[in-house]
Amino acid sequence: MNILCVCGLGQGTSLILRIHVEAVLKEMGVKAEVDHMDVSSAGGAAADLILTSRELADSLRADGKVKANIAVVNNYFDRQEIRAALESALKRSTAEEG
Amino acid sequence: MIRFLERPMIVLQSAAGEAEEAIRESGRLLERAGAVRPSYTEAMVEAYLRLGPYFVVAPHIALPHARPEDGVVQAAVSLVQLREPVRFGHAANDPVRLVFGIAAASSPQHIELVRRLSALLADETRQKQLMEVKDVESVHRWIREGSAP
Repeated sequence: MNILCVCGLGQGTSLILRIHVEAVLKEMGVKAEVDHMDVSSAGGAAADLILTSRELADSLRADGKVKANIAVVNNYFDRQEIRAALESALKRSTAEEG
Repeated sequence: MIRFLERPMIVLQSAAGEAEEAIRESGRLLERAGAVRPSYTEAMVEAYLRLGPYFVVAPHIALPHARPEDGVVQAAVSLVQLREPVRFGHAANDPVRLVFGIAAASSPQHIELVRRLSALLADETRQKQLMEVKDVESVHRWIREGSAP
């Protein structure tokens, strides 16, 4: 499973999200590759799941190029919110495979 | 070495009334410390105008930044605590009370800065404390308390 954390520049903001996503995945016992990237590169990147802010999620969806599931995280410091977003996205991808 | 919230890089009770002004103030603090060139501050403002307020990463907390090549001399973090909450246009996390200007010269430095900041802003109680401090001594005490093992 490939997870991509996306922000505007692919520098600081997506990195914060990535650090917390990696910590939460570890807690959950889920193995996944996590990367971070800027929104303009994310359109062409291979990923199963994209995590980002609402605004950037909307622009990725409007772009139409992205095939990955997109999940929105509002508070990048809130591990419970990140965990909930990951759990529901994982459930969705398992349902699609089944 | 990382210049992390040193005394001249902190402004409390800023009168900035707009997002652009608050971002610029956080950049000026980095400039004054010699951590970035003026081009970096302008790049932070430009990123906000072009890409939106996605760097408002949690309720009331903004981390404006640009790319290392936009003019970083040395890794640093500045703080602008706003007297009045300011709207940045973020659907979930407005209005902003704390603006951390972030400058990193490389990716590993960015990781280091972000880890330190995330640890300090660990929970809402800690965040609220910083929104309400009145003097720089209290900011530094807040940092020490948050860094304790």
